[in-house]
Amino acid sequence: MPTSALARSRVHDNAIAAEVHTKNNLIYFSSASGYTHRFAEKLDLECARIPLKSHEPHLVADEPFVLLLPTYGGEKGERSIPPQVVKFLNDARNRHLIAGVIGAGNTNFGTAYCLAARKIAAKCNVPLLYKFELMGTPEDVTRVHQGLEVFWTRKSQNLK
Amino acid sequence: MTEKLKLAGHVEAINWNRIQDDKDVEVWNRLVNNFWLPEKIPLSNDVQSWNTLTEAEKLLTMRVFTGLTLLDTLQGTVGAVSLIPDAITPHEEAVYTNIAFMESVHAKSYSSIFSTLASTKDIDEAFRWSTENENLQKKAQIIESYYYGEDPLKRKIASTLLESFLFYSGFYLPMYWSSRAKLTNTADLIRLIIRDEAVHGYYIGYKFQKGLEKVSEERRQELKDYTFELMFELYENEVQYTHDLYDGVGLAEDVKKFLHYNANKALMNLGYEAMFPASVTDVNPAILSALSPNADENHDFFSGSGSSYVIGKAVNTEDEDWDF
Repeated sequence: MPTSALARSRVHDNAIAAEVHTKNNLIYFSSASGYTHRFAEKLDLECARIPLKSHEPHLVADEPFVLLLPTYGGEKGERSIPPQVVKFLNDARNRHLIAGVIGAGNTNFGTAYCLAARKIAAKCNVPLLYKFELMGTPEDVTRVHQGLEVFWTRKSQNLK
Repeated sequence: MTEKLKLAGHVEAINWNRIQDDKDVEVWNRLVNNFWLPEKIPLSNDVQSWNTLTEAEKLLTMRVFTGLTLLDTLQGTVGAVSLIPDAITPHEEAVYTNIAFMESVHAKSYSSIFSTLASTKDIDEAFRWSTENENLQKKAQIIESYYYGEDPLKRKIASTLLESFLFYSGFYLPMYWSSRAKLTNTADLIRLIIRDEAVHGYYIGYKFQKGLEKVSEERRQELKDYTFELMFELYENEVQYTHDLYDGVGLAEDVKKFLHYNANKALMNLGYEAMFPASVTDVNPAILSALSPNADENHDFFSGSGSSYVIGKAVNTEDEDWDF
């Protein structure tokens, strides 16, 4: 390998190595339009956001977490999971701690409604906990807030 | 209306290799991938089903579709085009031209439905009704007056409310027929339109919110008040229109729930909180499931009855770039 290519690859590795760790039990992805971000804000829980840009440090979960994400993608639902989320779950440390999924979406997308969340639930063999539309109604916020509380309480009791 | 629409003031060659807003590319790609034409739907398979409808049901269906045709025509020829001069990026302009064209495809596809199912005389009669129905004309006029107005952000509000709210008094009916296994091919076509309108409403609403970032707090408040006032004005009119159409078949109350539900989504597309409480947005589950078979949401995991969710439903999980 020519030295210049080696040097470049090292820089690249360093960029990947930059990590941020989180102990929060809710991790979410939201695109630039920020609807899911606003839902997460309304939940008023400690949470971490999966980075949008590839130059931002990689997120690593240190505690079990529920993943909240919207659905993107084409007509047949291919690539409905944002690539940033695939990258996040490709890290074994993260996917071993995922405990459940919550999906945001729009029923206008028919069979693709919350497809990304359904796919991740199936792929990681964890429950799909809840689905809501766009940035969620006040009822959605209440149900998710209460639901997560019960969910984590049960989890901790089962562990004892 | 005879006023001239404003055109984009200054045009430079569009460079798709210099992107200012990733959303423009994302939405452009989404719209291109979603492209369809009515010819791909086998509408003629609905002829038999159409013949099982009563005369009143046929008349209602024709009227609903002429109403939708009017809105799509308005959005294709005026609405989406009126957004171009105020685009923040050249790629945003290109997305609006795509939206405008697709609205014209939607408008044309209702004619495909008509020509497959009805006689020329009945078609002409339905179009005549659409020009004479006061409430239908009024909703088009309210929106049109903002398209010709001076305020670019208000144009986006009007456009998003049209895309995400005003269509739904009409969209209800093909979903209703579909839930009763009638006109199912027509419903397939309408679902494609519904999907497109969601992308349009999302994008225009997103650009509205980008615009809000650049204005004063006072102006933001003004636009928020304006949005809710316009929503109320349109809602009142939609209720009247819904009664005009659906009273004869006894569905008006059911349609209104669908209106509330979609009004909330329209507001959310603009970044505002839902306005109608859950007690009036409980859309008939049959309608919701005709819209999205995965919206069967009375049993979520949190409520304790969602055991079926523990095991992921049959979805193809392998079309992503997994490493595991």
